[in-house]
Amino acid sequence: MLAHVRIDLTVNGERREGVLRGGESLLTFLRDTLELPGSKNACEQGECGSCSVLLDGTLVCSCLVLAAQAEGHDVVTVEGLARDGALHPVQQAFVDAGAVQCGFCTPGLVVAVVDLLERMPHPSDDQIREALSGNLCRCTGYAKIFDAVRLAAGRA
Amino acid sequence: MEVFRPSTLDEALRLRAEHPQARPIQGGTDVMVELTFGDARPEALLDLSELAELRGFAEEDGLLRLGAGLTYTEAMQTPLASRLPALAEASRTVGSPQIRNRGTIGGNLGTASPAGDALPPLLAERAEVELASARGTRTMPLAEFLLGVKRTALAPGELVTAVRVRPCEGPQTFAKVGQRNAMVIAICSLAVVVDAEAGEVRAAFGSSAVTARCVVVPLAEAAELPERVVEAASPIDDVRATAAYRRHALRVLAARTLERCLRT
Repeated sequence: MLAHVRIDLTVNGERREGVLRGGESLLTFLRDTLELPGSKNACEQGECGSCSVLLDGTLVCSCLVLAAQAEGHDVVTVEGLARDGALHPVQQAFVDAGAVQCGFCTPGLVVAVVDLLERMPHPSDDQIREALSGNLCRCTGYAKIFDAVRLAAGRA
Repeated sequence: MEVFRPSTLDEALRLRAEHPQARPIQGGTDVMVELTFGDARPEALLDLSELAELRGFAEEDGLLRLGAGLTYTEAMQTPLASRLPALAEASRTVGSPQIRNRGTIGGNLGTASPAGDALPPLLAERAEVELASARGTRTMPLAEFLLGVKRTALAPGELVTAVRVRPCEGPQTFAKVGQRNAMVIAICSLAVVVDAEAGEVRAAFGSSAVTARCVVVPLAEAAELPERVVEAASPIDDVRATAAYRRHALRVLAARTLERCLRT
């Protein structure tokens, strides 16, 4: 219950700790203090989804989580998806489908797709569209991203 | 900036009394934006996200108690979605999955934006707000709790702890106009509840007055609802739409939702 200056949490399966700046978001704590830059900092208001992470297994925008709220909780970032040097199947599907242009939105999309396929292993196009409605790509359309989701779902 | 992280409601209420300057934060979907952009610089934050007392919902003798920490995602799921379908539909229009996983009903009440999507369905269901402080607990109708743009009847030392609602048996639905289907603040929104037992139809609208507002007409005069809604609205021109467009859209939404509810 005390005011927090130092927090202790699990990130990508490892116990991590760090000192907080007052009122800072989980996003800046991950990027600047824990030096995990995979979660991207773009809109900082939950509009773009490029900072998406899993908090206790739930998809959230890390820019909208107060870092202090993550104390004692479990966070998975895009850096925590690969296993033993092999890309996560969703990451591999993004590579294979060419679903990456500038790449800035990709980490958030990958995390959102991992979450989608865990809840819904074979989503329809409408379900994909709704699940990814909080992740913006400004380079291109979403056609290749949809291809990647279908590819990952088909391989599972 | 200090962050208080109570683990029980009693502790939270004590901290609320001792630190009136501490801003409550739950899902953070409103508060974090204000902090990050420097629109709010509270001396301290009172984090409510660890309080088990605010989570989930319970039903006793037909009275539903929705914890203030109930997320939009939870409100979209059965069995709650079948008890309060308009709230479930409204919740599905909020932001994105990321926002719905984090944003809460209690936060929507605390923020008290005229555009709050949970407010019309709860107003149309005649919901009551449960407010707790170290002095005790009181309830008041949601319609009295909402005083103005981001202004509520919350007294010093109080926290929103729950919403109490006794769902009607009749049909109900929700509709919203925005620039697209996801990630939009309502240009206008409307929830309709047909309360056959009370012999009335209630419609509550958002983004068209300083607070979300409720209109009631006798069931026999349901056809007058769209006009009554427009009369009760006092929309403004802003970045999202003109007042004239909002009046037009409200009339359409009222007629459309009414037809959905009454055609069977």
